[in-house]
Amino acid sequence: MDTAVSVSKLEKKFGQFTAVNKIDFEVKQGEIFGFLGPNGAGKSTTIRMLCGIIPPTSGTGQVGGFDINREQHKIKEHIGYMSQKFSLYNDLTVEENINFYSGIYKIPQNEKEERFKAVIHAAGLEGMESRLTVTLAGGWKQRLALGCALLHKPKIIFLDEPTSGVDPITRASFWDTIKELASRGVTVFITTHYMDEAENTNRMVLIYRGNIIAMGTPSEMKTKCMTNEVLEVTVANSQDWLERISKIPGIKEAALFGANIHTVVYDSAKAKPAIEQLLRAEKAGAFQVNKILPSLEDVFVSLIENYDKTETKKN
Amino acid sequence: MIKQRLKRIKAIAWKEFIQIERDPRSLSLALGIPIFLLLIFGYGLSLDIDHVATVVWNQDASSKTSRDFLLNFKNSKYFKITGYTDNYRDIERMINNGDTMMALIIPKDFSHYIESGKTAPLQLIVDGSDANTATIAMGYVRSVVSRYNVELLAETFNSKGLKPVKSLDVQPRIWFNEGLVSTWFITPGVIAMIIMIISALLTSLTVAREWERGTMEQLISTPVKAPELVIGKFIPYFTIAFFDLLVGLIMARVLFGVPFRGSYLLLFFLSALFLTGALSQGIIISVVAKSQLMASQLATLTTLLPTLLLSGFIYPIFNMPKFLQAVTYLIPARYYIIILRDLFLKGNGIITLWDEALFLFLFAFVMLSLAIRKFKKKVA
Repeated sequence: MDTAVSVSKLEKKFGQFTAVNKIDFEVKQGEIFGFLGPNGAGKSTTIRMLCGIIPPTSGTGQVGGFDINREQHKIKEHIGYMSQKFSLYNDLTVEENINFYSGIYKIPQNEKEERFKAVIHAAGLEGMESRLTVTLAGGWKQRLALGCALLHKPKIIFLDEPTSGVDPITRASFWDTIKELASRGVTVFITTHYMDEAENTNRMVLIYRGNIIAMGTPSEMKTKCMTNEVLEVTVANSQDWLERISKIPGIKEAALFGANIHTVVYDSAKAKPAIEQLLRAEKAGAFQVNKILPSLEDVFVSLIENYDKTETKKN
Repeated sequence: MIKQRLKRIKAIAWKEFIQIERDPRSLSLALGIPIFLLLIFGYGLSLDIDHVATVVWNQDASSKTSRDFLLNFKNSKYFKITGYTDNYRDIERMINNGDTMMALIIPKDFSHYIESGKTAPLQLIVDGSDANTATIAMGYVRSVVSRYNVELLAETFNSKGLKPVKSLDVQPRIWFNEGLVSTWFITPGVIAMIIMIISALLTSLTVAREWERGTMEQLISTPVKAPELVIGKFIPYFTIAFFDLLVGLIMARVLFGVPFRGSYLLLFFLSALFLTGALSQGIIISVVAKSQLMASQLATLTTLLPTLLLSGFIYPIFNMPKFLQAVTYLIPARYYIIILRDLFLKGNGIITLWDEALFLFLFAFVMLSLAIRKFKKKVA
């Protein structure tokens, strides 16, 4: 498979502050590539460098075969970009927004009609063509923005937190659209801070404070990146047990996960009996303690904590 | 390639038109301000000084000579006799209150002096708080008095059977503004000011608004190029400013009766140059400012004040200190106002106006290239 995006030692500084610290990664053609990390980790800065919106401070890279330092203009012809903030014109109608971007992307006259209909259909905006964009609900705005970014049929699409502030149902249907795009060979580069969404990606990197701290497929992340183990405790009134359990020696941390407690432990062989003993002694009733595959959220939290610890030690 | 560029320019211009049309604020700004300014300046700002309020104390009221002398003031449009009095207290009060500008006091033995061939004193008290008007008003009085003196002399010589002495007699003939109507002089300046302000103000908002609303982020991720964006944004505002020029022209002609003696074609061509410069200046401000508030303040500061004070619009440039005179060469409105006055009043053609035209061309060229360059830097 060809490489759609690759960067090497990519760096961006704003004054003294290093937003992106000499990162390297590769995205393959047709992949859904997740770029994950908490707010302020450097996700948007990276995406903006790749799209030719801001120049890198140093480092090299290519997007769709074009150099990010010298051929920004060619890159822009071949990519679609959807920024974090809604950035279509609120004071134009749906139709006018689409027509505007058709003009900007130089869509030929004979294809205009067909693409217009395709965008309207994909965004589910039939019958709302002449509504002012400002009056659309969040999910529709989002889909319209995606439609406009796809008007020129780009090979690579960059989505910067497309699902933030959108309801769960819209989020799910948004991911369906993304998967459908990928199945047609479009490379999708997507950032998010919703860790559960990362399950939908083919491959991902975790970026934190400008550094890439992990990289892999979702299952690789769960198995390889986690040195600790996760035990799931199923018990009635789990919230009442949370604090007691977290104080057991050998338990790194405990958190509520739905109705259950997820505990991150150094060694499940020792921790499991300890928890069972506590619950039995306190007559907690029926309970279960099982070793489970960690969720991506568990993995990320643990990775970030480890990173913070090693950084503090260094200083 | 060019056709494709035009396509993008068209898309941007069209989008901009729709946005202006949907934004009542910029629309009323664009169409309301010119009419408002023209009315204020056209009717409100008259530099003509006539009907100077004058109060009279004729201490020699019983004599025919003093009454004949006063007729010269009564029959002149430059004076308006607001009242008569017989004491200084009233005069002082009226000048203090601003009820009168001057007081003319004819002494008790005025007729006696004149009839016996002596020099008669005449007291004039003038409110000097407005120095300019006071000077002009005093000039009016002097000219009335000197004419009266000439008549007196002639009479005396006649009665003695002598020939009148030889004297100079100025025969003025005023060109271009025959009636010395100050509105004729002001209106072309107002038009220049309106176009400068409107152009810079409107365009200064357009880019800043895109930064503020985040729409620029999307736009610069597309392959749109800086010149396309600048020219696309340029077109609607050029249209509006040109429309404002026409409004100004029609108002000047119809409402204020200002003649237009030059070539309309030349007016439109040179105005287009001026507009291009002013609009580009607005775009530069917009790129630099990034917020609408900052942009509008910068635009007002850099266009309104210089155009009002340093362009020769109201205050004659030759009266300024040398240093400021040098600065005025950098104010594009200076050249445009000369062009407008020449076209309106003098009917001059390109032969007399080529140097001003050249400067406007430079202004337009420099500003437009600077706008595109500034934009390029921000965009990629």
